[in-house]
Amino acid sequence: MIERALKGGVHPDECKLTAPSPIENFPCPERLYVPLQQHLGRKARPMVKKGDVIAKGQKIGEADGFISANIHSPVAGKVKSIDKVMLPNGVFDDAVVIDVDQESNSVAEPTWPLKPVDDLTPDDIRTIAREAGIVGLGGATFPTAVKLSPPENVKIDTLIINGAECEPYLTADHRLMLEHTDEVIRGAELVRRAVGAEKVFVGIEKNKPDAIKKFDGILKRKDGWEVVALKSVYPQGAEKNLIKVITGREVPVGGLPFNVNVAIQNVGTVYSLYRAASEGIPLIERVVTVSGDGVKKPGNFRIPFGVMAREVLEHCEARFGEIEKVIFGGPMMGMSIKGYDVPVIKSTSGILCFVKAVRREPYGCLNCGRCVEVCTLHIAPTRVVKLVRAAKWDEVKKAGIMNCMECGCCAYVCPSKIPLVQWIRYGKFMLRKMEAQR
Amino acid sequence: MTEKLYVSSSPHVLSPEDVPKIMRHVIYALIPTVGGAVYFFGLRALAVIVLCGAVAVITEAVILAVRKKKVSTIMDTSALLTGILFALTLPPSVSFGTAAIGAFIAVAVGKQVFGGFGQNIFNPALVGRAFLQAAFPVEMTTWVPPRVLQKVDAVSFATPLGGFKFSHLMTSHTSLFLGSVGGSLGETSALLIIIGGIYLLWRRYIDWRIPVSACASLVLLSAIFYLINPQKYPDPVFMLFAGGFMLGVWFMATDPVTSPVHPKAVWIYGAGIGFLVVIIRLFGGMPEGIMYSILFMNALSPMLERFTRPRMLGEER
Repeated sequence: MIERALKGGVHPDECKLTAPSPIENFPCPERLYVPLQQHLGRKARPMVKKGDVIAKGQKIGEADGFISANIHSPVAGKVKSIDKVMLPNGVFDDAVVIDVDQESNSVAEPTWPLKPVDDLTPDDIRTIAREAGIVGLGGATFPTAVKLSPPENVKIDTLIINGAECEPYLTADHRLMLEHTDEVIRGAELVRRAVGAEKVFVGIEKNKPDAIKKFDGILKRKDGWEVVALKSVYPQGAEKNLIKVITGREVPVGGLPFNVNVAIQNVGTVYSLYRAASEGIPLIERVVTVSGDGVKKPGNFRIPFGVMAREVLEHCEARFGEIEKVIFGGPMMGMSIKGYDVPVIKSTSGILCFVKAVRREPYGCLNCGRCVEVCTLHIAPTRVVKLVRAAKWDEVKKAGIMNCMECGCCAYVCPSKIPLVQWIRYGKFMLRKMEAQR
Repeated sequence: MTEKLYVSSSPHVLSPEDVPKIMRHVIYALIPTVGGAVYFFGLRALAVIVLCGAVAVITEAVILAVRKKKVSTIMDTSALLTGILFALTLPPSVSFGTAAIGAFIAVAVGKQVFGGFGQNIFNPALVGRAFLQAAFPVEMTTWVPPRVLQKVDAVSFATPLGGFKFSHLMTSHTSLFLGSVGGSLGETSALLIIIGGIYLLWRRYIDWRIPVSACASLVLLSAIFYLINPQKYPDPVFMLFAGGFMLGVWFMATDPVTSPVHPKAVWIYGAGIGFLVVIIRLFGGMPEGIMYSILFMNALSPMLERFTRPRMLGEER
């Protein structure tokens, strides 16, 4: 076991209230709303129509192109319609509405060959990732098959398994690492084989000592594998940061991990990959942390995609009248939703309810430099935002705005409460718009 | 859908630090120095400080009202802080009228003309003082001895720096450090200033690089001169603790609004202040140069910032 710490970043109250709560299976409601856009990239094409009877695990949306992902039905039932639902980002998009047949146990045959896990070739593993609709469950939901297919001239020597879970409140990955340690390691082994890495690091923050101990107990006997105990700092789990912290390598600006011969996967992702490979179950559910002072019964739940937040929160006895804010994801990078009728999708690592929403009353910039100090990508947020506000777009671009991952450290730490991330998003949006017009 | 949820951009949690809190704590850090001013120069010192604080806050409120901005932002106490800091740079015998004019100029011209909080290029307190220095030169350079030294000749009394420059008189390091010397209300006791400064460092409200680089460059440069000719030039410890250097470096150079943020720029900024102070004190027409040194480096700060953008993660070296 080795120890590492990220330089910069912030450390908000961890509030990991649900760390001791075992993962519970969420009771399937009568109707699911399964969106066709649950991932980064092109929306899946619907493969079913109104009235179709479908089996559990059946492919209902087909990946549209390389950067896209298949969508499967989490349940057996009947397609009621294809309708618009609100996604966590506030956009209305197509979803397959399924009336669940609680009696039926029809399960679809997987669309990939099931064979002993040890016999799977790198190509098999990529096929499984693609067919099973596996995407990065750390939050970015980038299609995993793409990440498993580095360019031919690139040699991946290191695989990092990301169990940092540095966002406050969230404990889904923590519980998964504790309760499914073997499956996570076997899933990591599949990824290792697919990309041909020799060295595997499992990065876990020290606020999860039980998980570190459990992994270290198994991995210290495994050649080439190592647990990295990380000092708890946000945003250590961000890809570029974790690579820098563990390997010392810097992913070039605008580059990807393979540029520095590294592959990196979240623990939830490799767990899902293993289940797809060993049991033939596609990605149809995930572990979601439900927490915050707005729910009476917080916990970690395995929830099928397409369950509405309202049903999840009813189950957790939310104080509906009192809640001011609901967040999909963590408090640092999650999205606050407009209403409760938003379905759980592949990116939903948490649903957090707060009785009191934090409101900003911005002052003028004090120029204190805290944002510069905490920015782990060294983007100098205050300067970038001043340029955005002055609409100096050429300089905005040169200042590296597109490199920003919107982790939120700058806006968290700002004593003037300036919504820096919002300004940066606006700046990025304007630059993209101008580029599209050109 | 009947529920009304509050929707906002991430992050959804904010640090407990905010502007009013920081300003408040800088004022707390000035308590030892204000206490020292009263101890050394009597209750009149307190009257000057209270007057300047009040004029600064009233000026800010009136201008905010005229500019149709939220007047309640005076509660961020930044104007009060400016008023107190400004008062601490005044000679103890300053007339109330002069002090009030200066406090008005500090907030009106030093801060609000530029657009208010966070927009000013120069330290407002020093703008107020620079104005008085130009408008009332005699009053601003007339000094009284501290109460602990009442027996000295009050007519020809001088500050340690003035005494050195014009009559080559040395003041003991102990008196300089403790504050039983002549000078502006808040500048005489290095000890009390450093206590406040360390409090601010401990709370991480000021950038440690500024006092460190300014003191280091002042000591280094004045040591060189001292080694060349110890008869002609004062020793570095005298240079460090005499005059307004300590007050300026800990409480005015560290003003976040007018100092740079990129680490490299901060080093240059601090070092520049120490350098200029030595040059002005040793070769200028005036005995003290901290005010102009800080104002000059304030002016340079945006340019320093421009050429010292940190290297982004993964950017070519």
